[in-house]
Amino acid sequence: MTDLSVDLDFCTLKNPVIAASGTFGYGLEFTPFIDLNRLGGLVVKGLYFSPRPGNPPPRLVETASGLINAIGLQGIGVHKFAEDVLPQLRAYDTAIIINVCGNHNEEYAAVVEFLDTQEGITAYELNISCPNVEKGGQCPALNPDLTYAIVKLVKDTSVRPVITKLSPNVSDIVEIALSAQEAGSDALSMVNTFLALAVDMETKRPKLSNILGGLSGPAIKPLALRMVYQTACRVRIPVIGLGGIMSSTDALEYLICGAKAIEVGTANFIDPQATVNIIDGLRQHCEKNNIARIESLIGTLDIQQEF
Amino acid sequence: MLKDTKAIITKKQSWPHYVLLSISSPQMAPQTQPGQFIMVRTSQDFHPLLRRPLSVFHAGETHIEIFFQMVGIGTRLLGKMEPGNELDIIGPLGKGFTLDTADNRKTAALVGGGRGIAPLFFLAHRLCDRGIEAHMYYGAKSLADLPLKKKIEENRFALSCATEDGSFGFKGLITEKLESDLDDLQPGIIYACGPEAMLKTIAQTASKRDTPAELSLESMMGCGFGACWGCVKKIKKQGEINWTKICEEGPVVAADKIVWE
Repeated sequence: MTDLSVDLDFCTLKNPVIAASGTFGYGLEFTPFIDLNRLGGLVVKGLYFSPRPGNPPPRLVETASGLINAIGLQGIGVHKFAEDVLPQLRAYDTAIIINVCGNHNEEYAAVVEFLDTQEGITAYELNISCPNVEKGGQCPALNPDLTYAIVKLVKDTSVRPVITKLSPNVSDIVEIALSAQEAGSDALSMVNTFLALAVDMETKRPKLSNILGGLSGPAIKPLALRMVYQTACRVRIPVIGLGGIMSSTDALEYLICGAKAIEVGTANFIDPQATVNIIDGLRQHCEKNNIARIESLIGTLDIQQEF
Repeated sequence: MLKDTKAIITKKQSWPHYVLLSISSPQMAPQTQPGQFIMVRTSQDFHPLLRRPLSVFHAGETHIEIFFQMVGIGTRLLGKMEPGNELDIIGPLGKGFTLDTADNRKTAALVGGGRGIAPLFFLAHRLCDRGIEAHMYYGAKSLADLPLKKKIEENRFALSCATEDGSFGFKGLITEKLESDLDDLQPGIIYACGPEAMLKTIAQTASKRDTPAELSLESMMGCGFGACWGCVKKIKKQGEINWTKICEEGPVVAADKIVWE
């Protein structure tokens, strides 16, 4: 029997597969298709303190092997989440991670302060990297000092572990990762979507009402994988890899590049059973290759130059 | 809400730009109501990446039929599928037409613009079962875009057509034809599916005459089951106006709840 569990220092996941924020609703939307108990964890859709209207449509554009979104973090706010959703999620034996958002540092702290009073939450994922909220794709994760300040504030406020979700829209992601680590982040999840633009040549207008959006899906996998690889060998804290993971092979690639766990995002839209199929695929890979513990694969990319 | 990865295409009828597929899905078919839709995977590769939302043309005990126009890469790939091929589908999804709204009303007007005719054929059958006369209105640019005309006639539903170029039926928009008939027809309810401009006109007409109307909205969908929040329209609910997911609260929405942009 293969041991698929992974140790993230602050908690152990039963397997390395986590459903990614923004692609998994509040989790319950997937219960007609999968047993949430099977997941290593799930990250709910980003929560601001108050309900948030989101961007006008069009909010989605399909591109070659990718999807650009500018949903604008529409959501129900923490109170409704705590009343209507969390009691149901708590019943599942999986890591419940809350994606925390804010318009300013104090709002992040307020969200965490409120959620700290609620039971059944494993960790917070700090969303400082959503590219489609501020005009021009601005967000704290583009700057090491802003990243440090916000992670520090949330860490000082929170009783729970904090995962910082990084943006790929930077020239040196390792620098931002080190800032988050320095500020006390317990882990990193990387990467959020790539700032992107799609245009309609008939009308000469952008295809999204927000003009810019975030690109996800198989199109970004090599870029995200590169960033995970570059970062995982430079930080002490666990890296959770995400970006274009559609199959167990994709997931394994992230693990050998140093990710201790992975998040499945856009694949959930195409196949609501993608997460459990990936878990099954990981188990099959381990059994076929006599791997007793999946953790033994982490960071094993062979980079000897022998081509 | 089910996922069926082994839904087999059993029949196909095609026109130059339109296709009607019959798909065997014995679990999904009996649960499906008029106005609901299914999400169809058109490729096992990642281009196109997303499933395509397609409204159900008809559903029986074991089969679901879908009618669509081949407009982009996804529908073109789907149009190339043949009987015997397996499809990966999710459904039935969304809220369909409310049939009991039509009860105690003698006549219903069903207005389809172009490929928007798709869900109305199924609805006409169900209304007929309830003893309500379904008068179908079918409009398009030209006669070539009225591929289902014969099928509707064969099923003996009352049918009025309009074409913008006058190649068949009333010359002009189907909404103009409807407008000119309303005093005589006196429908108790109007159901419609088609381009947004058509739906907006029908909403205004229905509101002026104080006739209830239910409209099937179209939007770009990422998932079809409420996870992506991509398919929103402005909808009034309990006094509040919000960007509302039409995969959950629609695609069929009461006309007086829709806030037009």
